[in-house]
Amino acid sequence: MTAPALLVEDLAFAYPDGHQALYGVDLRVERGERVALLGPNGAGKTTLVLHLNGILRGGRGSVQVAGLPVAQRNLQEVRRRVGIVFQDPDDQLFMPTVGEDVAFGPRNLGLPEGEVQARVTAALAQVGMTGAAGRPPHHLSFGQRRRVAVATVLSMHPEVLVLDEPSSNLDPAGRRELAEVLESLPVTVLMVTHDLPYALQLCPRSVVLDGGVVVADGPTRELLADPELLARHRLELPYGFDPRTVP
Amino acid sequence: MAAVHGGVLGAAYLAGHSPVHRLEPHLKLVAVLGFALVVVATPVDAAWSWAAYGGYLALVLLAAAVAGVGPARLARGLAIEVPFVLFALLLPFVAQGPRVEVAGIAVSESGLVAAGGLLAKATLSVLAAVVLAATTEPRALLQGLERLRLPSLLVQILMFMIRYTDVVGGELRRMRVARESRGFEGRHLGALRVLGPAAGSLFVRSYERGERVHLAMLSRGYTGRMPGAPSAAVPLQAWLTALALPLGAAAVLASGLLLG
Repeated sequence: MTAPALLVEDLAFAYPDGHQALYGVDLRVERGERVALLGPNGAGKTTLVLHLNGILRGGRGSVQVAGLPVAQRNLQEVRRRVGIVFQDPDDQLFMPTVGEDVAFGPRNLGLPEGEVQARVTAALAQVGMTGAAGRPPHHLSFGQRRRVAVATVLSMHPEVLVLDEPSSNLDPAGRRELAEVLESLPVTVLMVTHDLPYALQLCPRSVVLDGGVVVADGPTRELLADPELLARHRLELPYGFDPRTVP
Repeated sequence: MAAVHGGVLGAAYLAGHSPVHRLEPHLKLVAVLGFALVVVATPVDAAWSWAAYGGYLALVLLAAAVAGVGPARLARGLAIEVPFVLFALLLPFVAQGPRVEVAGIAVSESGLVAAGGLLAKATLSVLAAVVLAATTEPRALLQGLERLRLPSLLVQILMFMIRYTDVVGGELRRMRVARESRGFEGRHLGALRVLGPAAGSLFVRSYERGERVHLAMLSRGYTGRMPGAPSAAVPLQAWLTALALPLGAAAVLASGLLLG
């Protein structure tokens, strides 16, 4: 029996200003699963995500990534294993060119340059951006930047890909292209989103976080077909969308 | 390539494949710095100083010609010098010492000499810098600074400036459009009551973006050092090519000191 990709046990956390964001979260994600993390604004989703790679630590409970506990001594390896794609690609892409940005993580891992270049090429190919290595990020479309942002963590060969609102601000074509990329990736995915149809399309399983605890965990289709559950946690389907009729 | 590497800061770059373009950026930085130091070291009150300036000018124009940087581009680059020019023009009027008549106005003789020297030296140094900027991409300049062991933190700050100038500029533009869409006109002093807070909010936004970028960097294993690509050793030939500019200038200075 191999360790799960993510194992969060009884995680509680209060910010230094006293605001308690998490009140004991349990979450287990198996390897290769694609899970949507749903919940209203202020539910603690971002706080939970920042615990997964040890940016936030020091509360109660524990987080393990593929069997490795998130702790000070493991931080570098944990950050290799958990690739977080942040919401605004302009925050994620800070290097002068796409190629250097995708190489940033592998170089931090101290990989030899030949291996770094091979990973850059492979990661850009995985997101359909082959040939963009020499371009500066501000010359790409928003959808292209979002996909390059995914490549910047793929090049670290993560165990878990964590996406914060991956479909936000994308036009429908960009949204579909990103979905195709995500479906083709052989990694575990945890996707934070308000976009319930996108969750249904990509993630067989969903977890609802509200008030700092997990309030529901099950097949996405079943959760979205429960209007009372959705209403209780300020989740709303787009007008006219019926999860039971989606193929 | 110029279009691809556009943006505000990329505008100075002139794409090309001249020998000057192909030189390693850190060699060019050393060459320009060396040239500027020789120019500045030239004594202003020597009788031969203007002959020396002529020699320097010939050298820098030769470099520009080899690099394919045209006179129009050089002239536009000189615009940055305007504040110095204004300062230099003041000198003959405010400096002390014996006066001379120029076009019927009594001006300080030493001030005139100092102003002339200042103008000549600034112009020569700026010309060399324009050739550097026109033949080197901003990103390559940073790599050059890094190879010259400029502290990594400073290089990183410059790098972020290059990356985010257009992002912050875009925010500034959107804020202006939003203001003007609601009838704002920044034509009178009262507008400061609006523009002040706008500048403040742009600062706060940029600060918060900085925090988010830092978070994204940490998440990809950033430990305080920017990992760079390994750099190849530079052949002697390239050093000699680059140093031709400052060494030529030094030869001009030396002959002035010895013969003048």
